Amino acid sequence: MSDLTIVKGERTLAQRILGVFSKGFVNVALIIVALLWVIPTLGLLVTSFRTVGDSTTSGWWTVITRPAQLTLQNYVDLLSNSAITSSLVNSILIVVPATLLVVIVGALAGYAFAWMDFPGRDGLLVAVIVLLAVPLQVALIPVARLFGWLGLFGTIPGVILFHVAFGLPFAIFLLRNFFTQIPREVLEAARVDGASEWRIFSRVILPLGAPAIASLAIFQFLWTWNDLLIGLIFTNAESQPITVAIQSQLRQFGSNIDVLSTGAFVSMVIPLIVFFAFQRYFVQALLAGANK
Amino acid sequence: MTTAVDEAHIAPREGGSTPPSRSRRREWLVALAFLAPALVLLGALVVYPMIYTLVRSFYSARGDHFVGWDNYVAMFTSDTTFTAIRNNVIWVIVAPITCTCIGLVFAVLLDRIKWSTAFKLIIFMPMAISMLAAGVIFRGMFQEDPDIGVVNAAIVATKSAFTNQAAYPGAKPRPDAGIVADSGIIATEGDVTAGDNATFPLVGIRTDALGDNPTQASGPPQPADAEVTGTVWLDFVRGGGGVNGQIDDGEWGLPGVRVDAVAADGTVAGTAHTEDDGTYVISGLDPGASYRIALPAANFTEGATGVPWLSSTFITAVVILSYVWIWAGFAMVMTASGLSAMDRTLQEAARVDGASEWKVFTRITAPLLMPVLIVVFVTLIINVLKIFDLVYVIPPGNAKPAANVIAVEMWTVSFGGGNDQGLGSALAILLLLLVLPFMIINVRRFRQEREQ
Repeated sequence: MSDLTIVKGERTLAQRILGVFSKGFVNVALIIVALLWVIPTLGLLVTSFRTVGDSTTSGWWTVITRPAQLTLQNYVDLLSNSAITSSLVNSILIVVPATLLVVIVGALAGYAFAWMDFPGRDGLLVAVIVLLAVPLQVALIPVARLFGWLGLFGTIPGVILFHVAFGLPFAIFLLRNFFTQIPREVLEAARVDGASEWRIFSRVILPLGAPAIASLAIFQFLWTWNDLLIGLIFTNAESQPITVAIQSQLRQFGSNIDVLSTGAFVSMVIPLIVFFAFQRYFVQALLAGANK
Repeated sequence: MTTAVDEAHIAPREGGSTPPSRSRRREWLVALAFLAPALVLLGALVVYPMIYTLVRSFYSARGDHFVGWDNYVAMFTSDTTFTAIRNNVIWVIVAPITCTCIGLVFAVLLDRIKWSTAFKLIIFMPMAISMLAAGVIFRGMFQEDPDIGVVNAAIVATKSAFTNQAAYPGAKPRPDAGIVADSGIIATEGDVTAGDNATFPLVGIRTDALGDNPTQASGPPQPADAEVTGTVWLDFVRGGGGVNGQIDDGEWGLPGVRVDAVAADGTVAGTAHTEDDGTYVISGLDPGASYRIALPAANFTEGATGVPWLSSTFITAVVILSYVWIWAGFAMVMTASGLSAMDRTLQEAARVDGASEWKVFTRITAPLLMPVLIVVFVTLIINVLKIFDLVYVIPPGNAKPAANVIAVEMWTVSFGGGNDQGLGSALAILLLLLVLPFMIINVRRFRQEREQ
């Protein structure tokens, strides 16, 4: 009996030593992992501050020994390149309305699904969940035709509409789930007071649903800003977003590395600011079931 | 009137068989008004196009005549589309499982560090940037030239650190200087007795192989009885001049060259590496014995070169790696939130009972995490099936065919110059069919959650 307790005591001591050791080991391992994860982005950042000549003959890590090679020239050139600056403006002109529309249309439908009774509601909701995973490839060819016919092909409103349509299933799903968690009493109190559905929606649901709406907005913003495929198909040289403008430089990767690295970094700045400022909301949107 | 409508709202509803009252109908109209914008957009831009694409996939390239299953047959018989489908299969097998496992490991280890928030942000950050930017990053990292691509730079640096040899490809002995080249090896013509020296005047080496700061070659150090000494140098003065086979001013030593003393029976009796000034000292030899002094072939083979990551052979692996870099953060965050929501009493109880950490993890934590892991896994599969941007951006022109996937092929044949929207539609439908089982899983999960 006493033997057993001694053995047990020794084991915990051994485990404790092992624990300290493995804690140090875990720390070191995760520091290495974190470095590995940062190096790619760091490399791009440093490259964007080097001349093409330097970038095509030596690696970005040579800044450690020769920091004098860093220059702002690429950024100066990029910001005086009208194709790039106008594509940045296009990105904003596409992303802001696309985000607002998804939030508004998604919230209206989400409220109807959460708190209204109408025939076929459950069937429609399942349809929305099915649409969550539909690859947008199935819509590219017909919508390109449709937009051609409507005169929307190659225009910013066309791109916005496509983004909104494919953002909606997720928006409806996310907001409906959140709105159903609003206590029934709150809504009923408003209804007893004689408030119309529109009034309840704008005065009760929207304020109470603000956290979910913020999550959705961040998610939609990042998704639309980072899109390449939709922009590639539905925009032209005048309406292209920043991602499309940058990819057109890819053919000569080496000699265009100044535009590519600087452009890629500029295109990352806005999403990164949004991400670091609102990452909590972004994570919430993902946790709510992103199937994009 | 409005009051009546609102009362109908709160009133408990029973049975749907009775014909709807006027107020109920009004309520439906209100619901329809709220739903209308979403229904119109989804109908016109998602549902109608889906049906159109399905029909279109049975028509010819220009859509003017019905071709039956031809597009689907073409899809599986043409080399390019078949490669695309095969690559998608590789993607689906490799990428989701890798991301999920890495995410799980990170999430579990997060508990043991104090800087977990910072770690989470670092791993999760790539999720915020565009796949285009990620593509530019990875294409830069995996450049073949080790002077430009950081991955090959690291590989080459590690290789040369372990072999510790300078490489002088193309080196030849100075003729008539008592040394000969024999199948890559450069050696003395005759034997050298211990206590003597052997010099190696070499030519044919590119001066940039000497590094940034070459050192003037020195004469051989004075050998002891059990030593052979000598100099290995570049017997060439820039701008001309100097005497062949003799160390002149302006001639550089070759550092890092391996020098072997080979005994009569063929065994290596001693070895040394040259200093910056090209001198070497092989010690521990038998005084008076004779050796052949040789510079092994390894000194003169090409130095370590970069792996051609962006060639057809490795390209899919590189693109998948970039995907893992982006999406491991997603798996980690999802799994970590599952872990934090978990009741830890079971684990504590098992630990008190003396279960090892590994046992606690495999028997308790992992099974409890399963639902979360499945959500992550399914989400990643749906996402991977549609992968486009990374495959479009990372491979250079010559590796594009080898890296192809369905979504990229669909774009190429329909919009990127292929001009075959019939085949494009069929590829889109194939993607839809591949995603279908996972849609069903999603709907089931939703129904189960609602029943609880």
